Amino acid sequence: MPARTSWIPYALIAPSVAFLAALFLMPLVQTIWLSFSAGDALSLENYRRMAGDLNFSLAVKNTFLLTLVVVPLQVVLALAMATMVTKLDKGRDLVLWVLTIPLGISDLAAGLAWLALLQNTGYLNSALYALGLIEGPTGWLSQETPWSLFFAIVLAELWRATAIVLVILIAGLQLIPKEFSEAAEIFGAKPWTRFTRITLPLLKPSLQSALILRTVLAFEVFAVVYALGGRNFPVLAGEAYVWQNDNQNYGIAAAYAVLIMAISLAATAVYLRVLRTRPEQLP
Amino acid sequence: MTIQAAELPQTGKSRSMTLPSARRLLLWTGLAVLLAWVLVPIYFVALGAFGGRLGVFRWPKTIWPTDLSLAAMTQFLAIEGVFNALVNSLIAAGLTVLFSVFLGAPAGYALARYSFRGQNVYRLLVLLTRAFPLAILALPLTVSFIRLGLYDTPFGVSLIHTVLALPFAVLVTQSLFMGIPREYEEAAWVFGCTRFQAFMKVVLPLALPGLAATAIFAFVISWNEVFAASILTVRERTLTAYLLRILAESPLHYRFAGGFILIIPSVLFIFAVRRYLFAVWGIASK
Repeated sequence: MPARTSWIPYALIAPSVAFLAALFLMPLVQTIWLSFSAGDALSLENYRRMAGDLNFSLAVKNTFLLTLVVVPLQVVLALAMATMVTKLDKGRDLVLWVLTIPLGISDLAAGLAWLALLQNTGYLNSALYALGLIEGPTGWLSQETPWSLFFAIVLAELWRATAIVLVILIAGLQLIPKEFSEAAEIFGAKPWTRFTRITLPLLKPSLQSALILRTVLAFEVFAVVYALGGRNFPVLAGEAYVWQNDNQNYGIAAAYAVLIMAISLAATAVYLRVLRTRPEQLP
Repeated sequence: MTIQAAELPQTGKSRSMTLPSARRLLLWTGLAVLLAWVLVPIYFVALGAFGGRLGVFRWPKTIWPTDLSLAAMTQFLAIEGVFNALVNSLIAAGLTVLFSVFLGAPAGYALARYSFRGQNVYRLLVLLTRAFPLAILALPLTVSFIRLGLYDTPFGVSLIHTVLALPFAVLVTQSLFMGIPREYEEAAWVFGCTRFQAFMKVVLPLALPGLAATAIFAFVISWNEVFAASILTVRERTLTAYLLRILAESPLHYRFAGGFILIIPSVLFIFAVRRYLFAVWGIASK
């Protein structure tokens, strides 16, 4: 058992608390404040200008569409990966290493890797050409081809960020006692039934963390999109970046940031509610 | 949970006997597809990085390495600003490692060894940092950093990266210290060590590999981060910020060279910390 309360633990956490207060809590408050201030007075001016911007509705639509498509696919893909990996006995470490490599890859680098595949004279087009499906270099990532650009971004996001879901799910799978599944097998449950009736419900806490983390990150998506399509595919974080860096309008950039935060928190609240685990359901 | 317990349990021979060979074939086919899915884009960006201008525009391409030379890469590194950006990235990542280990490890130790009032609030504070988008933290720091003289310095970038890396540092070190029996420390006290000495002589040597993993996590997080680094720098850009800035105007083979340089350390680092990945997330998802 841990020792009785003394001053020592407080002294140990104090530096990190001070650090987070200065670089997490303060900026948080400042951004919210900045987004509501125009000149000296409190107003919704920044939000009005944000909503009136040409790219705004497009950015909202694109970001939501991307999140709604990417996150569920990632969970399915990661579940498939995790199920396969747990069936392995030889070579599991090697397979897991390769599958988790994208975890360490920057979103910018991931976008560039897929650019190498999908650019006009890239490998996809070369393959299509060899199959006789296209006649020469074809563009997939321009404004004129919004759907193939969207599809390319989905692929790159799936490639890059499924690994984190996989790691969370495998960590969760280890916590499920083997006996449950074995008992069900004795009573004649088929693999699919065991998966949906035992594994999935018991995996709910891990699924919840994975979904929260991935959804928050998906609403922040930015560098992958820029690497593949430049400004052709506006997203919320990209607009915040443009307003801050190119237009030097900190108020509107802050409004975008607060909007992203509000959406993230709302999504988190939904996941916490929908996927809550009652204490009696824990193994 | 300890690190050891979090390692994947090794299944014995019995499991392999129960899987019929047709299903094994299916399993390995699926896995081969997944492995290719992960590795192929990395292979192609490497070809792009070493292929130079000629390789990038060759049509139609073969999937075999042609036109490869180190010249393309050395040319990229010789562009004004690239080398500087690389150095800045390394400095920022190095400082992030220092800050997150020295701020996070004591907190992880406190969470592992003591139960104290407010520890749940603290845990919540740490996890909350992951629930907020980075944009909301990075934007106002532009103004504060200009005022403090931290704007456009790798030091300033490393501060915001530490906010990202700190939750991981706290969680990894917590699981690490929980895995080192308390009795070892108590034995050292009995033999006359102070708490600090006991920590330095008994706990620290056992914790070193895990602390190294924590450091690597922090390094990768900082090395990869794009948004905050781009917003907080102008001349002293990190590599990610530099690449983002030149995306629109630089030729393709330079972009691929940059992408390749970004990927390489990640691949090695993930290999180095693979044992700890699952320990972190086993705890984080509780």
